[in-house]
Amino acid sequence: MSESREILRLQGLGKVYNPGTPQESRVLQDIELTLRGGELCALIGPSGSGKSTLLNQIGLLDQPSSGELYLLGQATSRLDDAQRTRLRNQALGFVFQFHHLISAFSVLDNVLMPLMIRSGRPSAEQRQLAHELLGEVGLGAFADKPAGQLSGGQQQRVAIARALVTRPPLLLADEPTGNLDSRSAEGVFSLFERINQQFDCAILLVTHDPRLAARCARQVILVDGRIQP
Amino acid sequence: MPQAWRTHWTEWLIALRFLLENRQQSLLIILGIAVGSAVIVFITALITGLQANVVERTLGSQAHIRILPPDEFNRLAPLADGSQLLLRESPRAQRLRSISNWQALLALLDEHPQVRAVSPVVSGPALARRGVARTSVALLGVDLPRYLRIIPLQRHMRAGTLRLAADQALIGQQLAEELGLGIGDKLRLDAGGGRDAVVDIVGIFELGVRELDTRYVYLELKQAQTLLDLPGGVTVLETTVDDIFAAEQVAQRLQRLTGLKVQSWMETNGQLLNALSSQSMTTQMIRLFVGISVAFGIASVLAVSVVQRTREIGILRAMGSPRGQILRVFLIQGGLFGLCGSAVGGLAGWGLIQLFNLFGKRLFEISVAPDLIPLAMLVASLSGVLAAAWPARRAALLDPAVAIRYV
Ligand SMILES: Nc1ncnc2c1ncn2[C@@H]1O[C@H](COP(=O)(O)OP(=O)(O)O)[C@@H](O)[C@H]1O
Ligand SMILES: [Mg+2]
Repeated sequence: MSESREILRLQGLGKVYNPGTPQESRVLQDIELTLRGGELCALIGPSGSGKSTLLNQIGLLDQPSSGELYLLGQATSRLDDAQRTRLRNQALGFVFQFHHLISAFSVLDNVLMPLMIRSGRPSAEQRQLAHELLGEVGLGAFADKPAGQLSGGQQQRVAIARALVTRPPLLLADEPTGNLDSRSAEGVFSLFERINQQFDCAILLVTHDPRLAARCARQVILVDGRIQP
Repeated sequence: MPQAWRTHWTEWLIALRFLLENRQQSLLIILGIAVGSAVIVFITALITGLQANVVERTLGSQAHIRILPPDEFNRLAPLADGSQLLLRESPRAQRLRSISNWQALLALLDEHPQVRAVSPVVSGPALARRGVARTSVALLGVDLPRYLRIIPLQRHMRAGTLRLAADQALIGQQLAEELGLGIGDKLRLDAGGGRDAVVDIVGIFELGVRELDTRYVYLELKQAQTLLDLPGGVTVLETTVDDIFAAEQVAQRLQRLTGLKVQSWMETNGQLLNALSSQSMTTQMIRLFVGISVAFGIASVLAVSVVQRTREIGILRAMGSPRGQILRVFLIQGGLFGLCGSAVGGLAGWGLIQLFNLFGKRLFEISVAPDLIPLAMLVASLSGVLAAAWPARRAALLDPAVAIRYV
């Protein structure tokens, strides 16, 4: 495993919602965090502590109010929307709490979607790769099913395959097991462990479950928008 | 293939899948657009057909442009300086006169690019007599081959044959009934001044205009010239032009060119043209408002769809879909609504027209211009894209961090 390469670095990152209004709320403050290639890191903290907000900043879905965010060594605060969007497609994979598949497409097309967004009609190799990933998450037989027909745990596995299809160096998962029963949750979590090994992919995983967090090599604790030492 | 074109494939795919997933919604709006398009296609073809029919009927029995000698007026002697003129003028009676040097003008008009056909005509009044029955008629001396290119008499013959030689005449159906004339009967024409002739009726026509069918008597040009005491002269040059609605413009040009009195059919049928153009404006308004309400339908369906798909839009954006791609996904949906709806509607409109022709045949036949339906589809597709602009923009501008949490 290459622990050497720096994937992500946050420097004094802060986020204020509704600045300058009575509803102003300081959600993240002075966040310093570095992630290296292949790390499996759990982000834990009480509800409302800012975990999702932090993940949105790292995922370039939102603009931090202060500080700098380096992704693959590139400072991101000055990038425009198009550049951030492209970087999102190339460097990041997302898995959300509510599986978030696109129900108008088949399971296979959902997995292929990031590639189709990037370069249009998928090639034979890309389809092959998507099939293999579905096999990896144990859903090889479901490729042609409509995405909506799968159970919650199965959908979450498809979402993981989709996040991996671009071979991103960093995978962001926001409470991916939060909506699953304990057996499905266990299955999905061990899948994360396995792909972390197999694809040499850094994973930042938000979870509520202390037992799952304990199985990660590293834990970051967020309380009231600050990282606890 | 450039990158942009390859990713357009994805946009079409997403747009199509979204439409197919919301099948009922899509079908309903397509049905709505179809009804609107059918109305537009039908009313357009109906009014176009109706107007063409009216114009054709009007022009079937009259020339597009008539060239006449200028009106005669009183010339005044020039005034001596310092004197004043008190004038009591009675306008001159317009006597029958020939167009001077009409042969040269005929040659000129034959070469004129906008003039399709020219026919010299000499016309004047006469009394028609058969036994004790008398009636006033209009003599028209014509060069038949040329004249047929102005008024297609061959389409209006009811009896006899279409030919004219010395002492032969073609008369209208009404006149024939009035005087009890049939083919081969003789008719005495008295043009005054002791000039008269007895002619054989060789043909009877019916132009469908009562005034003409009771008064017109066609003679050979030379004979009419003699009867009307205008040897070698013609009183009017009748012409047709290629573009009937350019007739007034051509007439004005000819007037400047010749200094003669030039009348277009548009000038003599001013009221008809007014009626036609206000009718056109009414249809224009109907089409516009039907179009606008259809566009609002498309916009509102897509606006609802954007809200329904907020979370999916958020996922697409998170996976790296650029704003432009989201925008186009919804523009394409609008365009496809327009295209499919107008295809169905165009077909339905066409069917309505066929039904109309089948059951309303007594009135007139509507023909569908071959480009009407393709044109309607093009306009509908573009309007669909246009109607989608606002919802598509809203979709593209959604904040992905907010959209993804939307439930
Ligand atoms: N778009 C927003 N506008 C204003 N406040 C927000 C917004 N998103 C989150 N917050 C607030 O930020 C705080 C942290 O929220 P969140 O990051 O979702 O916490 P967590 O994921 O740790 O439960 C909460 O108090 C929440 O109300
Ligand atoms: Mg959260």
